[in-house]
Amino acid sequence: MTSKHMRRAAHGSAGTGASATIGGLAALVLATGGAMADEPQHGGTLNVILDPEPPMLILGINQQAPTQKVAGKIYESLLRYDFDLEPMPSLAREWDISDDGMTYTFHLQEGVTWHDGEPFTAHDVVFTATEFLPETHPRAGSNFRHVESVEAPDDHTVVFELDTPYPAFILAFEVASFPIMPAHIYEGTDFNDNEMNDQPIGTGPFVFDSWSRGDVIRLARNDDYWQEGLPYLDGINFRMVPDAASRALALESGDLDMSSFNNIEPFDVPRLEELPHLEVITDGYEIAAPLAWIEINHRVEPLDDPRFRQAMLYALDREFIRDNIFMGLGRIPTGPINSVTVEYSDNVHIYEHDPERAVELMEEMGLEPDDDGNYAEVELLPLPYGETFTRLSEYISETLGDVGIDVTLRSTDSAGWADRVANWNYELTKNFVYQYGDPALGVSRTYVCDNIREGVLFSNTMGYCNERVDELFAAAATENDPDERAAMYEEVQQILVDELPVIWLLEMEFPTIVNTRVQNATTTAIGVADTFADTWIRE
Amino acid sequence: MAWLSLFLVRRLLKAAGILFVIVLINFALIRAAPGDPATVMAGEAGAGDAEYVERLRERFGLNEPLHTQMFVYVTNVFQGDLGFSYRQNQPVMGLILERLPATLLLTVTAFVFALAMGILLGTLAAANVGRWSDTAITTLALISYATPLFWLGLMLILLFSVQLGWLPSFGYESTGRDYEGLARALDVGRHLVLPVLTLGLFYMAVYTRLARSSILEVHEMDFVKTARSKGVSERNVMVRHILRNALLPVITFAGFQAGHLIGGSILVETVFAWPGIGRLAFDALIQRDYQVLLGVFVVTSVLVLAFNIVTDLIYTLIDPRIEVS
Repeated sequence: MTSKHMRRAAHGSAGTGASATIGGLAALVLATGGAMADEPQHGGTLNVILDPEPPMLILGINQQAPTQKVAGKIYESLLRYDFDLEPMPSLAREWDISDDGMTYTFHLQEGVTWHDGEPFTAHDVVFTATEFLPETHPRAGSNFRHVESVEAPDDHTVVFELDTPYPAFILAFEVASFPIMPAHIYEGTDFNDNEMNDQPIGTGPFVFDSWSRGDVIRLARNDDYWQEGLPYLDGINFRMVPDAASRALALESGDLDMSSFNNIEPFDVPRLEELPHLEVITDGYEIAAPLAWIEINHRVEPLDDPRFRQAMLYALDREFIRDNIFMGLGRIPTGPINSVTVEYSDNVHIYEHDPERAVELMEEMGLEPDDDGNYAEVELLPLPYGETFTRLSEYISETLGDVGIDVTLRSTDSAGWADRVANWNYELTKNFVYQYGDPALGVSRTYVCDNIREGVLFSNTMGYCNERVDELFAAAATENDPDERAAMYEEVQQILVDELPVIWLLEMEFPTIVNTRVQNATTTAIGVADTFADTWIRE
Repeated sequence: MAWLSLFLVRRLLKAAGILFVIVLINFALIRAAPGDPATVMAGEAGAGDAEYVERLRERFGLNEPLHTQMFVYVTNVFQGDLGFSYRQNQPVMGLILERLPATLLLTVTAFVFALAMGILLGTLAAANVGRWSDTAITTLALISYATPLFWLGLMLILLFSVQLGWLPSFGYESTGRDYEGLARALDVGRHLVLPVLTLGLFYMAVYTRLARSSILEVHEMDFVKTARSKGVSERNVMVRHILRNALLPVITFAGFQAGHLIGGSILVETVFAWPGIGRLAFDALIQRDYQVLLGVFVVTSVLVLAFNIVTDLIYTLIDPRIEVS
């Protein structure tokens, strides 16, 4: 916790070193941790803020954050992850990874049924991995790129055979990456147009009840849930509140119990935190691990020169950004990998705030100031994600202006932003990208040459290309030896930090703001998108 | 009643023509905006995969040439089919019909409130011109006129929901209570108070000022003096002679503003999380959900056209000298 006013929620920690066959141990530790704090009570309905409204609740087809928040209670995956990203059992009760790192065997829970009463079996898992997700999931292609076969030797065992060791694979089983879909409903149909798509059927602790568009989505307790005695809650209401100020007021008045991600603007957080009935939690975003940066189009002069990009970074005071724009929420990044995920190294060049060095670098490049004292002119496309990012744009424009980089702001809405960035029609913009726990899943895609793809968002839109970086990312992703892998990731972080393909601004922390009557609001690395099976309300 | 049906037929034909042009212009305008629903959805998913985006475009029918899409759309609209929202996996007509009652309840209540209060306050102010009550009413009207809607809404929430705890701060009704009949109507009514005040106060101010000046103008006319001199009571002069004439400009203006009211409801629906079509339209715009946005435009255009016809009919009731033709 970098920020002193953030509190951890009461929960057990389940971090153990071994990666294979942990089985039910983690769940046990977690359960006793909760019980020691207080005796959970059954009953009550949780009121959760949801914004924006999700397009649908079929998690296999749509994985936006709001969809995950609701559908994460309806669907389940094979694994869950604790705050240190160690796997915990979910629909898989045990799992083994062979020593060569190429065979993953999952032993499934017995006695699990779908919400319509059909039994859940290994066939559902095979169907999801081989037929459903490859057609519908934007990340399935890369998550499963090394999978050679998926087989079910019996009803409660699933075996994934890989064509090469791929250590990141163990992190690809959280519920938004791998939601298990019911084969008996989808097999042989057009997944996108299935008539059951407005009636999500999962195995999770809550069942879909009703959706009044623009108003509320209601989930009810699954009385036949496979974990005896769970869930504690009778139901969950997800309320759509489209205005950020109104959301803050609804938490303040106690009408709603919980906000998450960027529901509440950072500048409202200190005020809400003062209130005795609200608590701010920053755990539960370790899978997302968002990293915010200035994205730079290397096709435009002088942005193609690493010295110019370094000059921009020296000119910016990232601590000021963290403390005054994000109100203390976040950490100053040292490089491309978020420090809460695996393979992070701080053995890199550290850029301190040094405006004079910025000017020196530009003079070294041979740039000369014009009559207004400007060395260069650049255009910044602000990220249209609310007031905080608008303030950030204004700060960047002011601060770069101070060292002689004249910034023009060019505003657009989110569709226009996506269109321009994906098609390389920008100079500078801001972006924040999720890392999904492992560099092979969420980091390398931003920097490797073969991901320079016109028209595709969250690819290498900068046009940065260094073959050594590509080699290292490719080799590290399939390296089974942890030490060698760490060495390769360290080298790639050093290269990227020296060449600065983008300017990393902030390892963002999202505030989960919860009414203190709610217990166990976040217990895993996906926080509010988790099942809420062990969440309860103290009356 | 032959004149009435002739009037209606002519106005409806004209309205259909206007609607056709509106649909064409809207279609072209929306497509001129950068980005499409597939890029937006890829952006929201936080992941890009070229094949995935291409598959979305194909499903949404965005691969057809633009003029084909336009032809198909316009033909469908005039057959009563507003299309399908692939983003929400629902027919557009269903989405709109589900949300329309909430918007109508909000805007009609706000309209009636604004009109009734506006005429009442305007009349009171005119009757007491120059006295303190006149000054109080004109000041109130000025403040209501000058305050931005969203700010007023937030301040009302802060006062009545957070501080006093009298009224709910957002939503259409309480969830989880499952009220029936009268209890439900009361519950919705409580949720309706703040949004209606927020939306209605601005228009109330407009009508107050308009009614006041119009009454003062008519007040000096010869027929009013005549009425007075023949001994008609002051109250009757005001209601039967002055108001009847003074209200015509107010009605004209109110007819115009029916359309504005739906525009204003976008803001109010956002601040109060009111599940109406104003928000549906706003979300559809942000998400480039073309079919939904066009559908909302079609429905609101129809409403405004219908409202204008009704306004013209109301004229003849208030002033028999005006004939529909």
